[in-house]
Amino acid sequence: MSSTGNDAGKTVTGREGGFYAWINKRFPLDKMLREHVTEYYAPKNLNWWYVFGFLSMLVLVIQIVTGIFLTMSYKPAAAEAFASVEYIMRDVEWGWLLRYMHSTGASLFFVVVYIHMFRALLYGSYKNPRELLWVFGMFIYLALSAEAFFGYLLPWGQMSYWGAQVIVSLAGAIPVVGDSLVEWVRGDFFISDITLNRFFALHVIAVPLILVGLVVVHILALHQVGSNNPDGVEIKEKKDSSGKPLDGVAFHPYDTSKDLVAMIVFLIVFSAIVFFAPEMGGYFLEHANFEPANPLKTPEHIAPVWYFTPFYAVLRAVPSKLGGVVMMGAAMLVLFFLPWLDRSPVKSLRYRGWMSKLALGAFVVSFIALGFLGTRPATGVYTMLARVFTVIYFAYFLLMPFYTKYDKIKPVPERVSHHG
Amino acid sequence: MSDDVDLSRRHFLGVATAVTGGVGAVFAAVPFLASWQPSARAQALGAPVEVDIGKLEPGAMAKFSWRGKPVWVLRRTQEMLDLVQKSDGLVLDPDSEQPQQPEYATNEFRSIKPDVLVVVGSCTHLGCSPIERFDIAPADLGPDWEGGFYCPCHGSKFDLAGRVYKGVPAPLNLAVPPHRYISDSVILIGLDTGVA
Repeated sequence: MSSTGNDAGKTVTGREGGFYAWINKRFPLDKMLREHVTEYYAPKNLNWWYVFGFLSMLVLVIQIVTGIFLTMSYKPAAAEAFASVEYIMRDVEWGWLLRYMHSTGASLFFVVVYIHMFRALLYGSYKNPRELLWVFGMFIYLALSAEAFFGYLLPWGQMSYWGAQVIVSLAGAIPVVGDSLVEWVRGDFFISDITLNRFFALHVIAVPLILVGLVVVHILALHQVGSNNPDGVEIKEKKDSSGKPLDGVAFHPYDTSKDLVAMIVFLIVFSAIVFFAPEMGGYFLEHANFEPANPLKTPEHIAPVWYFTPFYAVLRAVPSKLGGVVMMGAAMLVLFFLPWLDRSPVKSLRYRGWMSKLALGAFVVSFIALGFLGTRPATGVYTMLARVFTVIYFAYFLLMPFYTKYDKIKPVPERVSHHG
Repeated sequence: MSDDVDLSRRHFLGVATAVTGGVGAVFAAVPFLASWQPSARAQALGAPVEVDIGKLEPGAMAKFSWRGKPVWVLRRTQEMLDLVQKSDGLVLDPDSEQPQQPEYATNEFRSIKPDVLVVVGSCTHLGCSPIERFDIAPADLGPDWEGGFYCPCHGSKFDLAGRVYKGVPAPLNLAVPPHRYISDSVILIGLDTGVA
């Protein structure tokens, strides 16, 4: 027994008997760091569009930390919720900072995620072999939307209340089961204390768990296939004798140091909003929400927070209840099918022709226009415009198999190119 | 030992185990999903309410709350009833064919007593509460507006019997809740049978 005990430490690599070696014998710390950080090779030509995945993770951390501290002072009950938010703002030490960080973080989460998704459209990052990576990313986007929606009810203001009323009622458009489904989601005959209580549970525990799990899966899928790059060239196809991609650089320290710069710039913007414009003119925190929820009186004008307005504009553009709900759902779900709608032999827009460039441009314009129209009342010319841009939005996806197939393409280089 | 593994037997056992476990998981999910149904307390709070309309003048409307939803009681004047008849051609479901009201309110004015309209004030589009606009042809609603209810959320319009106009997002007339008269001036909202 004593003789086997003496041999225990001899098989580990590295500094014999060191603490690091002790850990690695029991937990694959070194192996994981190599695989995902120091020996994960990202293309050397990644540009600034590639920092938004990292920034999304940063905002996720900000949201989780500030969120945990907010729950310590918030009360998820209809009679107390609104007052407890005021309490956080006025009486809790630094409570206003925690809340403004959380509310600003919510909006900036969507800013960085929308840019991150646009990057994928720009460089074809959803194409083979990254289809599943894209699909996991879309699930993150759906979970994030659910998280934002549930969280928005918690302050129990007028806009919280009526926004939830409108969105929950969407399920009522489903034939036959719609009405009982709505009742099941609310747990009551109207949006009530019961609804608030369960939305709180979903917002602080259920959806965040799903979100974090999906982020892990998203990153594992990324590290399985490797990062795409602005040229859309697979760097794994050209390796040196040791099996390292010729055009790859180690994620750490090369990309981490770049991400750090992005983080500083991001935090400057973030702080500027938190300290100088936390309401962002009513776009981040809507004015109607400074009035407590009143189930008997609808505000004059209802608009969701800016990040949902493009889809809200689609909903209102269709002059039929079921039709509007179906189109709104389709506007989100169609994104899942992007990898299979795109028939282009090249990934990056750099090597695609005018048709793809025009289509992506029209899509971006229509998305921003729908976002603006969703904040306006649904009258006359606004409704007409919303219909036009809804058609363009869907045309981008539904015509994609055709214009990507017939579009002229430029030759893709063998290796990644460098642009300074 | 033996190399003769009976693969089809192994496959059958695997599938049988998965199916049995799956059925168990479905049954185990029932209590969790059912816990989201309106609780006993929520149902008790959703009980019928008595409202007194004795002091309601012709042309006036009172708002009550039943199950957290606004319920409007409007005592219509003769002119208002005439306007209802006039708007037959403008509304989607003039004869109340959709089941948005109990049988005793399935009539010309969608009410038990012709003058007293009882409706749930929630838009049938997405549940906002419309605004009463009894003024004729105001600037914002145009010269064709005959008075009725206008939803500020998505622009749905209803006439003075709660019937939805054509060409607006709301698909159905405003719902008439189950109700009955306890006396001439007291209405029980939420129940139309038995003794409250």
